[in-house]
Amino acid sequence: MNWIPNIFRRGKPYDDLSEEIRLHIEERTEQLMREGMSQQEAERRARVAFGNSTLLEERSREVWQWPTLDSIRADVRIALRGLRKSPGFTIAAVSTLALAIGANAVVFGVLNALILRPLNVPQAESLFIIQHGSDVASHSYPDYLDLRQRNRSFDDVAAWAISQSGLDTGKDPSNVWEYETSGNYFDALRIQPYLGRFFHESDQHGPNSAPYVVLSYAYWSSHFQNDHGVVGRVVRLNRHPFTILGVAPPGFQGTVLFFASDIFVPLVNHEQLSGVDVLKARANHWMFEMVGRLKPGVTAAQATADLNSVDSYLKKSYPKDESNDPYTLARPGLHGDYLNGPTRAFLTGLMLLSGLILLAACANLGSLFAARAADRSREVALRLALGSSRNRILRQLFTESVLLSLAGGVAGLVASILLLRRLSVWQPFPRFPLHVPVSPDANVYLVALVLALVSGVLFGIVPVRQILRANPYEIVKAGSTGAFGRRLTVRDVLVVVQIAICAVLVTSSMVAVRGLMRSMHSNFGFEPRNAMLVDTDLTTAGYSGERVPAMQRRMIDAIQAIPGVDSVGSVNYPPLEPPGTWQGLVYTDTTEDLSPSKAAADPNMFNVSPDYFRASGTSLLAGRAFTWHDDTNAPRVAVVNREFASKILGSVPDAVGRYFKLQDGTRVRVVGLVEDGKYANLTEGQKPAMFFPLLQSPASWIWLVVRSSRDPQELAAAMRSALRDIDPAMVLAIRPWSTELGGTLFPSRMATISLGVLGLMGAMLSITGIFGMAAYSVSKRLKELGIRIALGAKKKEVLQAALGRAFKLLAIGSGVGLVLGILAGRVLAFIVYQATPRDPVVLVGVVLAMAALGLLATWIPAQRALSVNPLVLLRED
Amino acid sequence: MPVVNKAMTETNSRDLFPGALEMMILESLRREPAHGYALVQHIQQRSNNLLQVEEGSLYPALQRLLKAKLVKAEWGVSTTNRRVRTYQITTAGLRRLEQQISSFERMFEGIALVLNPSKATTN
Repeated sequence: MNWIPNIFRRGKPYDDLSEEIRLHIEERTEQLMREGMSQQEAERRARVAFGNSTLLEERSREVWQWPTLDSIRADVRIALRGLRKSPGFTIAAVSTLALAIGANAVVFGVLNALILRPLNVPQAESLFIIQHGSDVASHSYPDYLDLRQRNRSFDDVAAWAISQSGLDTGKDPSNVWEYETSGNYFDALRIQPYLGRFFHESDQHGPNSAPYVVLSYAYWSSHFQNDHGVVGRVVRLNRHPFTILGVAPPGFQGTVLFFASDIFVPLVNHEQLSGVDVLKARANHWMFEMVGRLKPGVTAAQATADLNSVDSYLKKSYPKDESNDPYTLARPGLHGDYLNGPTRAFLTGLMLLSGLILLAACANLGSLFAARAADRSREVALRLALGSSRNRILRQLFTESVLLSLAGGVAGLVASILLLRRLSVWQPFPRFPLHVPVSPDANVYLVALVLALVSGVLFGIVPVRQILRANPYEIVKAGSTGAFGRRLTVRDVLVVVQIAICAVLVTSSMVAVRGLMRSMHSNFGFEPRNAMLVDTDLTTAGYSGERVPAMQRRMIDAIQAIPGVDSVGSVNYPPLEPPGTWQGLVYTDTTEDLSPSKAAADPNMFNVSPDYFRASGTSLLAGRAFTWHDDTNAPRVAVVNREFASKILGSVPDAVGRYFKLQDGTRVRVVGLVEDGKYANLTEGQKPAMFFPLLQSPASWIWLVVRSSRDPQELAAAMRSALRDIDPAMVLAIRPWSTELGGTLFPSRMATISLGVLGLMGAMLSITGIFGMAAYSVSKRLKELGIRIALGAKKKEVLQAALGRAFKLLAIGSGVGLVLGILAGRVLAFIVYQATPRDPVVLVGVVLAMAALGLLATWIPAQRALSVNPLVLLRED
Repeated sequence: MPVVNKAMTETNSRDLFPGALEMMILESLRREPAHGYALVQHIQQRSNNLLQVEEGSLYPALQRLLKAKLVKAEWGVSTTNRRVRTYQITTAGLRRLEQQISSFERMFEGIALVLNPSKATTN
């Protein structure tokens, strides 16, 4: 085909055609004149006989147009001109869409990164987490070896644990987070090193045989300044020499998405790193996760059955060590079902809410477009009357909405990309290398643009019916007010829907914010204010055995000596510190059979120093706290909380002096009773807790709790120097307890922030929606208002006429939204601690907020209505 | 697009059946080359004014034929000394015309059979 020259020569056939048509009409005119008609009459008749020459010419041209590219270009040009002429409409529509698309793109981006996208390793779809029950740490090393050898479903199974070590390169020792991995870890994941090499199965020959380190790319850049010479260097991990083998590739941070590890070390060297040898202990389920790569053709269900048949063999062989939990498979990345569940639930909730935003935005768009179409009904009628085809008008409408959708979509996408980038580098917990790796990818772009187009186009063509039904004669005759009636229009419904949705968002965000505020001020069973926490791990400093408690005593005494310090206590792991608490099975004193199923409870367990209760602000209700004499030579004692007393001891007032049993059969005497508190998380109900003296159950990793009303920074500096005096090599982390609690409040904070943002968006959307409607109704009725003013109407009456309908719709929408929002708040109560929708503050707040939004949004239209000058108005047309 | 003098509202209702106008144009041009105005005259006369072609509707059809290379056009001067654009049928046009006529006859036969079965069988 020779269509290419046609593009450039398009003018030629068109000129020919016009000329031809002109000549045709001329010839017909002359013919008619020869038949005796006057020239004027002949010309008229010739034209009538020819038909609509413009239309026919256009249609003739269409024949030549290469797939209507021309007309699309013309449509785009006209649409752009039209949009430029009504900036208010354009800005409102684009920003509405941008807001909705932005919100949805962000939420989808997070969803995409955390749930839809598998780990950043080759063939990630065949990788599965092998979980045993639902505990955080769930595997022992002997179990892992057996599963790996005896299963027939996996190509390979790797295991790892997460721990912390002090890494010393010769200068300032610092804490690093490490993956202790099985030797086949990198090979099972099929990844290649960025630099140097990885360690392999063949590198290890029994315990402590593989003193090798692989650095993560990020740690290598930040701590070794991208030095290619690090391979082969020796560093000290917890004072043991380890050789750097290589650097992991940039995109790989480990096998848990949130958790960016600094280094990777072989699991067989666990004893050097932790000071305890657990490689042979089958009952010690200390390893974090196992990941297996399914053989091709094996389904997840087959593999699960296979694993459980291995498990039943293990149970038979080691009945004392194996628990009853079955093995299950889960997707990798979010620590199996442990985080997958809550994350999924939270994100689904967010997705729903952002879907609501989109819906509200669409309703807003729909009413905007409908208003615009009503405004343009006269123009459309004129064009119809002049012979334009309805198709052509609809196509132009369509072009306009596509342009708006694209503009809104791109704006929203850009905003969301910026936000996602910020989110990716954000570290919510200072103590953990946790972050949310959510850099947007092509999926996100695609979803955002498709959403924008679908919603823009779908609601851009709301007025199609209006245009198709338009009767040009009526509209031209009656003027543009003809379409504006009193009855309920689609637009009214859209506005009510939109306001209702926005009210739902505002209500839920208020419920969440109130809940969070209340949970910040609730009784934790300790007092985080005016308390500092010092996280000390004596293992990383090289202490072990007898030296640990002695050293801890020295540390406590040294800090106690600092002026301004009221009391110093220690606890093995503070309550409400993520990820969880220590627990231990207990039995009533009369129980003889100490198998797990006969246990009376599984209370939280804390090992504390004598002054802990005073330092933490936990009130002692009865009996005594511990003393330094409660050591290994003294009888076993415990302090319990009220819940423990009533649940296990059977009596709160007489709790002191009673006994209970531990799983190893030890009888423990209760010497004190303390108040209840929150231990693992804020949403938990009353849980039993027991406290043991530090000297009777030693731990090398303890937290010092320091109560003082001194300035935290000053105090921290004083404590640091006091502790460095004792041992300069100690790795310390000192923080106020209230800061540390940030981690516990993270889920509710996250929920509150997201809901707050969504609520804000809802509020903004309802402003644009109400504003659009009010401004439109005022401009439609300017003439009527002018007449009213001329006839002496008072301000109040004018406003009522102009905005009464807007306020009525606002009230209906808010009412519906409030009821729905309260219902939604019940769902929220599960995520946000102490969130209750039946809160007068929330109810009043929502009503006030919606009223304020209404006032804000109608302010400008109201001013316009009041400033109507009847003289000017009535003079027009 | 032959028209039984109907107000121009919808494009589709103007078509007697798709391609009818094109077929008539090609047939006229097979007899002799002509310009647009003459074509209209010719078609109206030959149909005894039963088919009144809206004059303008000829031109989109002519453009389609031109594009498909079934006809070719040339500017010239007519016998009445007017500047005209004369259309001429091409070999491809002739071939297409034959096909269309035969398929049209088959269709017409079919329609006749349905409308008047007894008559058709005696035929």
